[in-house]
Order: sequence, then structure tokens, then C-alpha cells
Amino acid sequence: MEVPFWNKEIETLDRSSLEKIQLERLREAIGWSLKTPFYSKKLAQAGIGSPDDIKGLEDLRRVPFTVKDDLRRSFPKGHLSVEMTDVVRVHSSSGTTGIPTVIYYSREDLERWTDLLARCIVATGAAPRDIFQNMMTYGLFTGGLGLHYGAERVGMTVIPISGGNTKRQIQVMKDFQTTVLHITPSYLLHIHSQLQADGIDRASLSLDRALIGAEPHSENTRRKIEELLQIQAFNSYGLSELNGPGVAFECVCRQDMHVWEDAYIVEIIDPETGENVEDGQEGEVVLTNLIRQAAPILRYRTRDLAFLHTEPCACGRTHRRLSRIRGRTDDMLIIGGVNVFPSQIEEKIMKIPEVATNYQIHVDKKGALDRLIIKVEIYPKLFLGEASKLDALRQHIKEEVRSSIVINPVVELHEPGSLPVFEGKAKRVVDTRPQE
Amino acid sequence: MAKQLTVFVENRAGRLKAVSANLQACGIDIRAFMVQDKGDYGLLKLIVDKPEEAHLALADLGCACALKDILAISVPDQPGNFHRLTSALAEHNINVMDAYGFVLQPHNTGVCCMEVDQPQLMKAEEIVKAAGFQILRDEELYDM
Repeated sequence: MEVPFWNKEIETLDRSSLEKIQLERLREAIGWSLKTPFYSKKLAQAGIGSPDDIKGLEDLRRVPFTVKDDLRRSFPKGHLSVEMTDVVRVHSSSGTTGIPTVIYYSREDLERWTDLLARCIVATGAAPRDIFQNMMTYGLFTGGLGLHYGAERVGMTVIPISGGNTKRQIQVMKDFQTTVLHITPSYLLHIHSQLQADGIDRASLSLDRALIGAEPHSENTRRKIEELLQIQAFNSYGLSELNGPGVAFECVCRQDMHVWEDAYIVEIIDPETGENVEDGQEGEVVLTNLIRQAAPILRYRTRDLAFLHTEPCACGRTHRRLSRIRGRTDDMLIIGGVNVFPSQIEEKIMKIPEVATNYQIHVDKKGALDRLIIKVEIYPKLFLGEASKLDALRQHIKEEVRSSIVINPVVELHEPGSLPVFEGKAKRVVDTRPQE
Repeated sequence: MAKQLTVFVENRAGRLKAVSANLQACGIDIRAFMVQDKGDYGLLKLIVDKPEEAHLALADLGCACALKDILAISVPDQPGNFHRLTSALAEHNINVMDAYGFVLQPHNTGVCCMEVDQPQLMKAEEIVKAAGFQILRDEELYDM
């Protein structure tokens, strides 16, 4: 098997040289962090006042964890280490309580991130000859723009079509003889259903590869995708707090994802104790970004559960491999590739007076696509007996939720007192999507 | 003006029964009813002999229900009468949001119940009277 590289020297670097780079960059990242209001305080409390206080990689464990709430509390600029004039890009994810988390990039940050993404793409065997249809959402979400620039860097022909409009996606695949897709696994399965429904022959398309990400999926789902679409599917991992996609990516071996350890320090911890677990054990993924100056982030608790492989990969890369994400330590849902916290939905619907205090969130699959159903009870005192008012209420709830989480929900209206009541912490989320 | 009791009912087995059981327990007599289907729920619309009592009985149980003024129009059972009625309303640009008809025994009187926008209700009543129809009051409707 031919193993392509973007930067063979770095990708196959021996462990001690890799760790030497990590230590140098960690010191640099500590220096950047000390310029931010948030970390200068946090690091001082841990007795770290200068990059020189980091003698070895083991000193990273003295750095306190960063959690999503920290980013929210320091919104908008508590994590900024440079002047705004040096920031050339902002990305953001929707917040659980209305406050978003925001990430800044300097020109050099984007340069380093883009280079990593080029590395990811080339590792899958994609090359400048390929036609790359980028079906991830563009905008504040990092998935679209991140891979876009990486693919241009590689020299592929990039079609920046973004998500949605399935028929047009298929037409574009035909028109330009697309060879590589960047897409969520569920949308790819939906594309397959559409191909079948329209009676489109697979042989009329030129698809070779799909880079799939933004939502967890099982090995079975990957196999199903590969079989149905006769395509190779490559898993990817990233999150906006750590730049976006490109933290870890599968190589041609497709045996889990290489974490680019010259750019990120990955730790796996016990989510209860915060202690690092032994190699190969499952735990919470904690990441330190070594390549972003404008908004440095140290020891970020991702809430994702996974493990690191201990054995080397057949491709020859020395960067360790991260397993698929096996779960979450919090109640975050991933619906159609979008991260959603139930509290985001609650906050919106509880503001509406015609809605009573009980509600439920259901997530299921309609065909290959995720569907969000919000069940609310109507508030009897504000019921006027008019169908038009109820239609308007349903529409209002839809719009409120969509404005917050960018997903169009189905809204069901229920009789007062008809939804199950829970004592203590309400179990309001019912996820009936098949778990393979 | 006549009162209609509107009850929010989920569209699933047994929900109508929950409402009817409570009306029966309070000795409420139903003169007419219809259901407006809205997909996952429906609105049960009732003309009953004791609307206030029925409303309180259901509201006490936590039902979403409302009493609403509607036009209950006596429409003699002859060809063309319904058309005369709708023409009079149309001429004055009155929109009928929902309507249903029934025949009151033993006099064989046709009754047409119409929901119109609340602000237009008084005007609609005048128009209907001017067109020669009789508007039924609560007691006429229930005691016939």
C-alpha cells in the first residue's frame, strides 16, 4: 500500500524528537497564555508565571484544566492574547446559555491550522488531482471553512457548496465528477437514499473518498457507507475550541485517527478524579493547543470519551491514534452534526408564556437523518380556543429554537399534564436513534 | 350571544373519552359538537346546555379549554339559504374562521355556528340580522 505524506519528516518523527518539539511549543503556548486575562490569573494560581517554569512535558499536569464554562465566562475577550488588529478570523459555537464560545485566529494561526488540514487530507490519499465537494456548513462553524482552506492548500479543486439541497449536491457531483466529499455520515446516507430514489446509477458518479466527521458514528455505520456508496470513508475529529477539524484524522489504514502531536498534546483522564489514566485506557480526552497564539487553550476538557492506541500504525506515522468517540461525559446531543445542549432548548421554550413548565426533547431518525421533536404542554390559562393562535405558537417555538441551535425542530403541542413528570432531575431527553 | 366551549385534545386514543367522562359526571347535555383536526391535536367544539359549568368542570381538571362567543344563526331548511348567509358575510368582507351546522329537534330548525375574528363579531351579527336571519341566544339554543 502506498502511504502518502504531506510532511513526512514531521509525521514520522521519532518519539523523543516529537516530545522535544512539544516541549518547545508548550513553553511558547504558556507564554501566549500568560498574555490573556484568563490564563494569567489561572496560571499564577498554579505557580506558573513564566514559560521557564515548564521544565519538562510532565509540568503540563500542573496546569489547571480549562472547561467550556471558562470560555463562556471570559466571553468575549478573556482568552485573547493579541490585539484585535492581529486577529484575522473569528469562529464561534453556540452557547448553552445564550453566551457563545468564541475563538480567534491570527494570520499565523490560520496558516498553521491550514497546514495541518492539508496534512489530514493527504493522509487519506487525496491529492491535487481530486475534485473536493465540501458539504459541511460554512460560516461560524469551523467544519466548512477549515477543510476548505486545507483542500486549497493541497491544490485540489474545491467546490464550496456547503450543506443542504440534496438534489443540487448530486447534480454538482455529476457535473464536476466530484471525487472527494467532506460530509457528516448521516447526510452521506441520506444522499445514498436520494440516489436510489432518483434512480441514479452509482457508476455515473466518480466518488472515491468521503471525509466524514462532526458527529459520532460506529464502525458499522462506516462499513455501511463504504458498501452502499462504494467509497472509502475516513473518520475525523476536531472541535472549535481546538481550532476545529484536523485535531485527529485517519490515514489510508483507516484504523482510527492520528492526533497531530506536534500541534496538540493529548491526554486521557479519568473524568471523575481528573487523573491521567494508563495508556490504552478509556477516559475523557483533554487537549492542549500548541499552535494557536491569538486564543491559546491549555488542557481543555472536551467531555468526549475515547482511548489512545498503544501500538504503532502500519502507515509509519509516529503520532498516536485516538479511538472513535465512544460517548460524552455531559448531556450534549449531536443532532445532524450540530452540538446541542438540552439547556439551550429549555432556555428558549421556557421564555414563551403559552408553554407550561413541562416539556420533552425527542431525537430520532427519519430515514438517515436525525430529527428533533420538541413536545410542549400548552398553558391552560392562556388558551383562547383558537387554532390560529396555536399555529402561531408552534411557529414561534420553531423559530426560537432554530435561532438558538440552527436546527429546525418538529414541535408537538400536548395537553396540560400529559407529558411524564419526573422527580428530581428531569429526564427530558429521549434519544431513540439506534446505537450500533 | 351563544357560547361555544373549545377543548384542546391530543390526537390519540382515549382523549375524547377523558373529556366526555367529565362532562357526563357534571350532568352536562351536549347539543352539538365538532372536531377541528390539527394533526397532532384537535379542537373539540361543543354547544352545551350549561357552558359556564362545563367550562369550570374541565378547567378544574387542568384541561386547556376556553369559552368563546360565536354566531349561532337560525337558517331555515330551504335551498339557497346558506348561500344567502355566506353572500351577506362575503359582501362585507367578513372571514369565517370555522363553521359547522346542525339541525335542532323537534322544530327541525337549521343552525349554523360560525367563528369569526373577535373584533368583527358585532359587525357580523348586524350583517346577519340585516340579511334577515335570526341570531339565537344561549337559552334559545339550549332550550329548544
